[in-house]
Amino acid sequence: MSPAIRTASSEQLSAFIANTCSKSSHLLHVLHELQHRFLHISPEAVIEVASFLDLPPSQVESAVEFYSFFSTVPHGRFDILLSNCTSCGYTANGQDLLQLLCDRLHVLTGKTRDDGLVSVDETSCIGMCDHGASLLVNGRPVTGLDAVKIMRIAELIETGTPFENWPAEWFDISDSIRKIGLLLSEDITAGNGLRESLMRGIDGTLEEITQSGLRGRGGAGFSTGMKWKFCAEAEGSAHYVICNADEGEPGTFKDRILLQSHADAIFEGMTTCAYAIGAELGFLYLRGEYRYLSPHLEAVLARRRVQGLLGSSILGRSGFNFDIEIVVGAGAYICGEESALIESLEGKRGVPRNRPPFPVTHGYLGQPTVLNNVETFVAAAHIAQNGSAWFRTTGTMKSPGSKLLSVSGDCAYPGIYEYPFGVSIKQVLDDCGAEDVQAVQIGGPAGTLIGRSGYKRIIGFEDLSTGGSFMVFGRKRDLLDIIVNFSRFFAHESCGFCTPCRVGTTLLKNAMNKIAKGQGTQYDLDEMERIGTLIKRRSHCGLGQTAANPILNGLQRFPQIFRQRLARGDFEPSFDLDAALEEARQITHRDDAAAHLE
Amino acid sequence: MNKIRIATTSLAGCFGCHMSFLDMDERLVELLEHVEFDRSPLTDIKHCGPCDIGLIEGGLCNADNLHVLREFRANCRILIAVGACAINGGVPAMRNHFDLRSCLEESFLNGIGVENPQIPDDVELPLLLDKVRPIHEAVRIDYYLPGCPPSADEFLSVLGDLLAGRIPALPKKLIHYD
Amino acid sequence: MEAKAETAANTINIDGQEIPFEHGQTIMDAAFAAGVYIPHLCHRPGLTPHGSCKLCTVDIRNRISASSTSDRRRQTKFTVDADSRSVSACTTPAAAGQQISSNTPALNEVRKTITQMLFIEGNHLCPSCEKSGDCTLQAVAYHLGMLDGHFPQFFPRREVDASHPTVMLDRDRCILCELCVRASREVDGKNVFAIAGRGTAAHLIVNSPSGKLADSDLETGDMAVHICPVGAILIKEQGYEVPIGRRTFDLHHLGEAGLEKVVLAKTVYRDE
Ligand SMILES: Cc1cc2nc3c(=O)[nH]c(=O)nc-3n(C[C@H](O)[C@H](O)[C@H](O)COP(=O)(O)O)c2cc1C
Ligand code: SF4
Ligand code: SF4
Ligand code: SF4
Ligand code: FES
Repeated sequence: MSPAIRTASSEQLSAFIANTCSKSSHLLHVLHELQHRFLHISPEAVIEVASFLDLPPSQVESAVEFYSFFSTVPHGRFDILLSNCTSCGYTANGQDLLQLLCDRLHVLTGKTRDDGLVSVDETSCIGMCDHGASLLVNGRPVTGLDAVKIMRIAELIETGTPFENWPAEWFDISDSIRKIGLLLSEDITAGNGLRESLMRGIDGTLEEITQSGLRGRGGAGFSTGMKWKFCAEAEGSAHYVICNADEGEPGTFKDRILLQSHADAIFEGMTTCAYAIGAELGFLYLRGEYRYLSPHLEAVLARRRVQGLLGSSILGRSGFNFDIEIVVGAGAYICGEESALIESLEGKRGVPRNRPPFPVTHGYLGQPTVLNNVETFVAAAHIAQNGSAWFRTTGTMKSPGSKLLSVSGDCAYPGIYEYPFGVSIKQVLDDCGAEDVQAVQIGGPAGTLIGRSGYKRIIGFEDLSTGGSFMVFGRKRDLLDIIVNFSRFFAHESCGFCTPCRVGTTLLKNAMNKIAKGQGTQYDLDEMERIGTLIKRRSHCGLGQTAANPILNGLQRFPQIFRQRLARGDFEPSFDLDAALEEARQITHRDDAAAHLE
Repeated sequence: MNKIRIATTSLAGCFGCHMSFLDMDERLVELLEHVEFDRSPLTDIKHCGPCDIGLIEGGLCNADNLHVLREFRANCRILIAVGACAINGGVPAMRNHFDLRSCLEESFLNGIGVENPQIPDDVELPLLLDKVRPIHEAVRIDYYLPGCPPSADEFLSVLGDLLAGRIPALPKKLIHYD
Repeated sequence: MEAKAETAANTINIDGQEIPFEHGQTIMDAAFAAGVYIPHLCHRPGLTPHGSCKLCTVDIRNRISASSTSDRRRQTKFTVDADSRSVSACTTPAAAGQQISSNTPALNEVRKTITQMLFIEGNHLCPSCEKSGDCTLQAVAYHLGMLDGHFPQFFPRREVDASHPTVMLDRDRCILCELCVRASREVDGKNVFAIAGRGTAAHLIVNSPSGKLADSDLETGDMAVHICPVGAILIKEQGYEVPIGRRTFDLHHLGEAGLEKVVLAKTVYRDE
């Protein structure tokens, strides 16, 4: 047996699981610990966890197989995941760094090296888009990759150097805040917003949030005040507050900056909500890629407990009891969707629920639940502190307040820009030093791809709404490659629940690959349009309903990038004919003319 | 009036579709007043000339299948996939469960009763594709005639429509996949 | 006058036909009660609606403006049918005055495409399948006039589980409808099946220490064994008791009243 497999006797395993479960009984937590300690989750571990948490083994197994960060076969002691995002991905600076690293370490993508030292694979956007090509090594981000750094990393791994001896600055992820506005210009003073809210009372607080016109920052734009009100009114044995820090949309990293530098505001917003709806427990669902922020967040929570801002009788108000747990996701974009997130919190696969009922009435454990984006809670905390009138001083009628944009891609100054709603695309492009722009992707792959004619449009719920992703593509970029990348993303992230998205996203991915290889015809374009429209309209949740956007937008606004790649003729095979003979050529050792097909 | 020219072939199939075609029995005589056959196992013509209709039985399992299929596509105005194997690979596609190597090894090296074990590598033999595939994955197909095999009535229904210049429309009771 | 208002308040309209409903019923329930067939695969009355196959997709005309509940939809405007929204009939509550299209050429074309997706993602070789003729997927495909799978075949390699003495599990034909999952939990009071994995890698697993059916508490009499709409869960040594030509869908129509019982019973008492 290779030394990679950290074998454990069944007693050791039981003891480890017992110990882990006693700290937190969240299935995801336990699975993370197992993966970390044993580099995989074995069938024995599955059975053991199931019996400890009193779950069916099939539920544990199905979770292990659902989340990208868990594996049933051992990974390397150095487990590396390179982002494949168009902004922080391994080809972001024009060179294939994944290939380079694999070559250097003599390892195949997705296959643990025989000596168990290292495994290398790719993963969806890790939210480091303002820092260029990036990777996660055992869950820690290393950014600003180039060939030189990759060589260094390979060396450190080959020599088995522990992380303490890696350059410390590699692990510093700076906040590149480029433009501050309403929220970022001043931090709230911990407890201030809560004190104001206690003075306003429950109804007053709900009214203040509603009056502010705050709408959800996760993309949907639902009135936050209304959401809280509906939840407050809903009957249940308990109410819950959930902060959606899953930030999975490629090109989005504004929540990361808020988590890192404005955690107090997030928790203050959540606690304000808890007060308003009568919740005693809240969760912050942190995407697995941001697991490294967890100690910092725990520290802030601990401090707030000491300050009397969490726990029982908060700020001395008897009966106001609330605390927050952090639950870390494990590599599944779909878990950003609110009902999938709740399923995930409950220790299941992240599959979106049927709605109605909505989480405000039937959320976590079937109880009334408010679920908001990180930025929404931050805004709520500011509103609690400064009042709704203050909030309404910026923005537009339909979109009051400000929006944090995560600007990345081909521009001189990637980073976080806070603008009043209503800012034009052109303004943002000018500010971030984007020159010679070919296209902009607003709202990530799920959003909208626009060209020059769209630059006068504005950011706001009345026009281009976005969770915050703003990706700039310069003239030199191959836009078709970008769309191929996005179609791979959706096929990889589809949860597989409903037919149109499960099968359709893979069909689209295959069709895009075919076009990119120069083997597509008009027939394939027509097919993509037909299937894309069907997936968009018939899928179960927002993922499927947006998965075809890049292709449909592309076909509509940039038809030439598809057409110039088309093969002649009206039909091309769906598979590579000559490649289909390769296996037979090898077996028969033939290479004559008849052993090939064109 | 010129007769409609039809070509037929069997790729990775079992000739069952052809047999079923012949099940038309006496109706075949009537049909022959309107049609004539080009390349077909029924005529023994080896290469396809310009035709109105091509009927393809069987999926694609080797390089030769592909050459034949292309010849048909190039010469037939209307190409019809006939039977389960042409449409989705059918029973031959059950080998897709295994690597080509293990299929060949089982057949020619390790199987019960194999004498003189060796995997054939003669250049005369067409190479096998890694997977058996339906024919619509390689060329454009105009119409599908499902069934294993399609009944003689199905053939007649579709040919009847085409002879009358209609778009073929199988009545529901004739649609069968098995 | 009042009586009339009363009925109007409790009907939905499907393809021009007024259909009464009771509070708590879905569009599918109401249609079912009225003998209106909406194609479906993952639905079975009596089990919790699932909403995954999307065969029951229908369009509801928007009354005023498009105030969609689903968040991402609002970002992009549909080019087609902007004046209606698409829902699954099996999970959407019936609400007074809904104007629903279901049996239209356009929707049946959508359903045919979805059915083709289900065929090509698995390995459906009907000629060699025991379920042929008793298979709801196949019957739905006939009903929709599907002649071919249209898309390139995925040809997945999936595992067969023949370990159980009386029941076979051939995942090649599983369409992930979770009828067996729900039947086992909700009717049999067991928990034999679950879905694991994600996307096209999603697959049926068995809740037993070895992951094999033989180690589960599945019994031949369980509803989970009989409910599979396709030939993924089969009872051994019964496959050819009823000859082709005398099977469920040779004798019955998909929309027929009481078909659910026939489908369940057929696999047990074939000569009844
Ligand atoms: C596939 C998918 C992924 C999503 N990812 C996120 C996410 O990462 N963060 C987020 O806040 N909202 C995400 N959402 C939106 C959430 O479902 C939900 O609308 C939002 O968190 C509500 O919070 P808000 O009202 O504060 O915006 C996603 C939605 C979908 C369909
Ligand atoms: S649309 Fe995609 S992600 Fe959403 S439920 Fe369906 S398969 Fe899952
Ligand atoms: S399960 Fe149904 S559709 Fe699939 S092969 Fe069997 S009979 Fe055909
Ligand atoms: S085995 Fe049958 S019933 Fe179970 S999920 Fe698969 S298709 Fe549905
Ligand atoms: S029957 Fe409604 S989605 Fe399957």
